[in-house]
Amino acid sequence: MIKAMPLATLMAAVVLAAADARAETIFVSNEQDNTVSVIDGGTLAVAATIAVGRRPRGIEASGDGKTIYVALGDDDRIDVIDVASRKVTGNLPSGPDPERFTVSPDGARLYIANEDDNTVSVLDIAGRKITADIAVGIEPEGMAVSPDGAFVVCTSETTSMAHFIDSKTLELIDNVLVDTRPRVAQVTRDGKHVWITSELRGTASVLDARSHAILAHIDFAPPGVPLELVQAVGVAIARDGERAFVALGPSARVAEIDARQFKVLRYHLVGQRVWNLAFSPDGKRLYTTNGSSNDISVLDLESDRVVKSLGVGRSPWGVVSVP
Amino acid sequence: MWLRWSIVAVTCLVGVSAEAGEPVAANPQSVVIGFVTEHQHHTQSASPLDVNADDEGLQGARLALSDNATTGRFTGQAFVLAERVVSDPQSAADAVRQLGDATAFIVADLPSDALQAALGALSDGVTVLNTRVTDDQLRNEGCRGSLLHVAPSRAMTADALAQYLAVKRWNRWLLVIGRHPEDELYSAAIRRAAARFGARIVAERRWTFEAGNPHADTGHVNLQAEVPAATRGPDHDVLIVADEADEFGDSLPYRTAAPRPVAGTEGLIATAWSPVQEQWGALQLQSRFHKQARRAMTSRDYTAWLAVRALGEAALRTQSNDAHTILSFMTGKNFRLAGFKGESMSFRPWDGQLRQPVLIAGPRMLVSVSPQPEFLHEGSNLDSLGFDAADSKCRRP
Repeated sequence: MIKAMPLATLMAAVVLAAADARAETIFVSNEQDNTVSVIDGGTLAVAATIAVGRRPRGIEASGDGKTIYVALGDDDRIDVIDVASRKVTGNLPSGPDPERFTVSPDGARLYIANEDDNTVSVLDIAGRKITADIAVGIEPEGMAVSPDGAFVVCTSETTSMAHFIDSKTLELIDNVLVDTRPRVAQVTRDGKHVWITSELRGTASVLDARSHAILAHIDFAPPGVPLELVQAVGVAIARDGERAFVALGPSARVAEIDARQFKVLRYHLVGQRVWNLAFSPDGKRLYTTNGSSNDISVLDLESDRVVKSLGVGRSPWGVVSVP
Repeated sequence: MWLRWSIVAVTCLVGVSAEAGEPVAANPQSVVIGFVTEHQHHTQSASPLDVNADDEGLQGARLALSDNATTGRFTGQAFVLAERVVSDPQSAADAVRQLGDATAFIVADLPSDALQAALGALSDGVTVLNTRVTDDQLRNEGCRGSLLHVAPSRAMTADALAQYLAVKRWNRWLLVIGRHPEDELYSAAIRRAAARFGARIVAERRWTFEAGNPHADTGHVNLQAEVPAATRGPDHDVLIVADEADEFGDSLPYRTAAPRPVAGTEGLIATAWSPVQEQWGALQLQSRFHKQARRAMTSRDYTAWLAVRALGEAALRTQSNDAHTILSFMTGKNFRLAGFKGESMSFRPWDGQLRQPVLIAGPRMLVSVSPQPEFLHEGSNLDSLGFDAADSKCRRP
């Protein structure tokens, strides 16, 4: 009987078993609590709460998934968390009021947006030193780096611009006017497009990574939601480039987008003031931080449904998951 | 002729060259914004902690100009603030008449009488952005096509407070009214808000004591006798004070006849801005302002900042310095102004009022922000504050 079982079925059973025993870990920064919640991906329960410095927001993982970095706006530094021991093992310097940052693909640098200083700081992780400060617009916020590491994008909230920075010369290459209060930038995995969300216009713009021309404007209009409450913030673009997700802030919705046609497919109801998004390492789940309901939502991307809400600390802000 | 030369002198001071009589905006690179401000006639604030700056409003406008210029540096647009400090209605009218030669947009940080005089002297094609006068009459019967309002009206702030008190279910109000006409106008807005949001004014009391000098030694002895007498009344949940000049309101908390919180113009206030506001990135705005002005940002600074930013935003988005292009974009459906209060702002087409969230602030901390999520509106929730299209008596051309 066992021999007669088709290989595909057997494979499916193995995959299912693997899915049941997910080993991933999710880290959530809780802005109001000065903590990071650690969530077991298998049980979807909070496994630990780590005390960090003051006003943790931006949170990213190192390329090898062994280290978590957390930006501390009120302490002007980055705390370093060891994934295995779930402990803060040290910290790194930053400029004043770091909010979002991104890790260079080679793992050597952090590019940090210093909200109160109108600069992007370049941090050499090994040397623990800020090696450059690049002047950009007012209130730099979103940070992204291209997959080949060649360029960095920073958005400035009050100037409403996307600033392109050459990562070799560390000089501004271009400044593009985008929609009001741009929040988050993401470069697609193929390096061709840059997605930028606008908090107060409630849109996403897709820019050509080479020419910097705006290729598409995506408008969001979840039914029955007043336009002022539709604010676009976090972006997650699937590895295969087929689908993208945008967190829509106080509207409590996440938009699912056909990332080839730039068309909204549907809106998922999640928690209140949904702010940032992260895929699971296998790309089968999307985690959202919901700042005003103090929880995260888990969107299962195979069934395309929100399958769980999970309480974390107060004002959860950023999320990252590692294998 | 003398007037013409004087305006040229002023604009030259701020770095713009212009031929007499020729609109400065003809230069394709430059966007000129007029700013007229009148120093407050200082009444003596009751609290020694009040900061009486003589550059209120002006500092906000200057910060917005520098914010506009930062983006303008990247887009190739230069912004110029033609500042005029005036002292009375006559000089306000003169300033507006002269600025009309240089720009189509004048931000007015003027008290009511000076604003009226300025509007009377307005040249054709010039739009005034009022950042100070909160009179609802100017948004209703007294409205006009050339007038936009950036300061929230009394009805908006009263509604904002009423929504918060309704959510708290503090529905019985005792209203204490000061002696000035503005206090009457504020009280009218409070009565309207009570009716709209289900509160009841259980009694009204007039504050008839002389304001008195707050510096008097043992002044507290008199106040300790006066305040209970003036605040005695039927059972209530909250005492609402109408004292826009800050003459006595600060003396009420902890001295009232009943142990009730004080709200209105003192205590828990509804306001366009407050130094205690740090949310939605406001921390950065407060910090930039403090670096520039060496003091806290007031509501007048904030609304002046908003007005100059609104014009800057419209010029930057349209990549234009043409007055008609800027005005129609700024007052159109696609305009979204970021103002550090969590939601985008835009002008109401029916009365030219900037719709915006209103802060509910205590003396030391932000308490809430209205509109409250419990109050919905078929269009924008922000239109649950103040005069909605259907209530408006404004007939703008």
